[in-house]
Amino acid sequence: MEDLNRKGEILIFAEQDNGVLSEVPLELLSKGRELADTLKVPLACVLVGDKVGGLARKLIQHGADTVYVADDPRLKDYQTASYARVVGDLITERRPQICIFGATPMGRDLAPTVASAQRCGLTADCTDLQIGNYTDPATKEEQTSLLLQIRPAFGGNIIATIVNPYNWPQMATVREGVMRMSSADTGRQGRVVEAAVNLDGMELPVRVLSRVTRARTVNLKAARIIVAGGAGVGSRENFQLIRDLAGVLGAAVGASRAAVDLGFIANDHQVGQTGTTVRPALYIACGISGAVQHCAGMQESAKILAINSDRDAPIFGIAHYGIVGDLNEVLPMLIKAIRGGASIGQAVAQHAEPKA
Amino acid sequence: MGYTSVVCVKQVPDTKRITGNAMREDGTVNRAALPAIFNPEDRNALEAALRVRDEHGGTVTVVTMGLPSACDVLREALERGADRCILITDRRAAASDTLATSYILSCAVGKLKPDLVFCGRQAIDGDTAQVGPQLAEKLGFTLMTYMEELALEGREARVTRNIGNGRETALARLPALFTVMESANEMRPAAMRKIMKFKKARAPMEIANSVKTALGVSATPEALAAETSRRTEELAARGLLIDQWNLDDIGARLEWCGGAGSPTRVNRVQSVVLAGGDYREFEPTQASIGQLVAELVQDHTIG
Repeated sequence: MEDLNRKGEILIFAEQDNGVLSEVPLELLSKGRELADTLKVPLACVLVGDKVGGLARKLIQHGADTVYVADDPRLKDYQTASYARVVGDLITERRPQICIFGATPMGRDLAPTVASAQRCGLTADCTDLQIGNYTDPATKEEQTSLLLQIRPAFGGNIIATIVNPYNWPQMATVREGVMRMSSADTGRQGRVVEAAVNLDGMELPVRVLSRVTRARTVNLKAARIIVAGGAGVGSRENFQLIRDLAGVLGAAVGASRAAVDLGFIANDHQVGQTGTTVRPALYIACGISGAVQHCAGMQESAKILAINSDRDAPIFGIAHYGIVGDLNEVLPMLIKAIRGGASIGQAVAQHAEPKA
Repeated sequence: MGYTSVVCVKQVPDTKRITGNAMREDGTVNRAALPAIFNPEDRNALEAALRVRDEHGGTVTVVTMGLPSACDVLREALERGADRCILITDRRAAASDTLATSYILSCAVGKLKPDLVFCGRQAIDGDTAQVGPQLAEKLGFTLMTYMEELALEGREARVTRNIGNGRETALARLPALFTVMESANEMRPAAMRKIMKFKKARAPMEIANSVKTALGVSATPEALAAETSRRTEELAARGLLIDQWNLDDIGARLEWCGGAGSPTRVNRVQSVVLAGGDYREFEPTQASIGQLVAELVQDHTIG
């Protein structure tokens, strides 16, 4: 049997861009903390860049026990080869049992490269991580305390649980916005350790000429859950109800063309033929009648919940779940039910059962 | 002189047209119930390679790994203008995950000694986007993900990449591998003349299968072999033979291929597709809505 380092720590890639820490590593830290406590191992981050040591403090406040900092002018701009070398060297040295990256454009570029060099497995775009057991169907041998990597596959039509029993580290990328970020504990203590940077003699194959980024207002395509409002929401002020529901679900806010035309919300949020086409795991249509143009942009959602006071609204024809009623009454009830469900789910998760 | 390009493509089930009956009761996917298509972003990868050849000359070779039925996408590639197609097919490659797949592809692509390799950003069945980067790592090529624009000059590529919240322009040293975005281009239509010609293209395994059907069960192995070899030579002479390689042909280490070379295991699969016409109404009451939320939590939709 392969040599598995059961005492190995959990390592999170702390993505930063231009000296600004991304939100993803903070989200991953809250999940990572839970996993590390279950396994009774330390939680670490690797921070790579140029003059980025100052970001370590925030990572510790969000749950890291150790932050490895690879600081070098040659690491200023992300590029696959140099970052993969530094992260790979750290993995070889520290032998973590789990490595987690955000499923961001950078994480989805770096993680497969590192996994390929380490010859270990990698599961992309996880929506949940748990610790659990696995029985090999061939040998009937059971392995305990593996990382269960849960992800949608097949265009979101199935949920698969992947394990990586033999070749560690167990590596996964996790979708943005899926894990809830915990609040910072400013009194929390941790270690900051300098990581080796072995780039001498390496001719970097890429030279970045320019990078133009814009602050993202809404990313409907990447959202796992979308709460969308239509004309039935009634007013710009009332759209706050939609935002509130989205807030408790960690969902993106969408809108029908009618809602945009009525000035309830900016057109960045528009779903449909002339807006963005989406296929989230769950689409909650509130006060949307279901014009063909709107449905064309969301009917491939894995699940659709329609809430409308008009029983005959066409949206119910493509919905999986329906609630006929006034959304001013239904949405507060839905928010209350979700808030209750979340706290139940966290209690269950500590027993390594399916998490809420 | 031009550039030698290889395009890696995949035949995938059309997950956008998935319906209730595409899922079996046990939650696994009934691939037979879904149409098989040319993976959408692999079309963009092919187009990117063809544009390089249009501008600079050189060759475009298309490689796929899969069952002989995957030759459908190779014929489509020939119709669009690919110079050569290769089917990598071997029972011992079954159950490969992304690590094993990228290893097998690296053995085949390495033999072709390309300057440029193009892959679609991701395939719509797994959506992992891992094979491209892993193939680049194994080949030791410069990786350029999320390509939207490409200009070549000598041994350097100027690439515009879509990095999610914006664009990056960078110079990359060749040899390089590009994963191509849907937004990069649109695959050119096939010329009618090429469709007529290449619809007859076949790989050896397809030829053997059709000979078996033609000669019937009573045919001797010698007769089958002779007819297969005659048809293969005839197609080769007309430029209609799809190359076929197995793991021995590409010198792959078997312990790194297939299930044995795949570190990941599927532990469990749950279907999230509701059967057709499956609509349920919940009353606008706190109790009923609580029930709905509990179900969504249970099946990981919310969480």
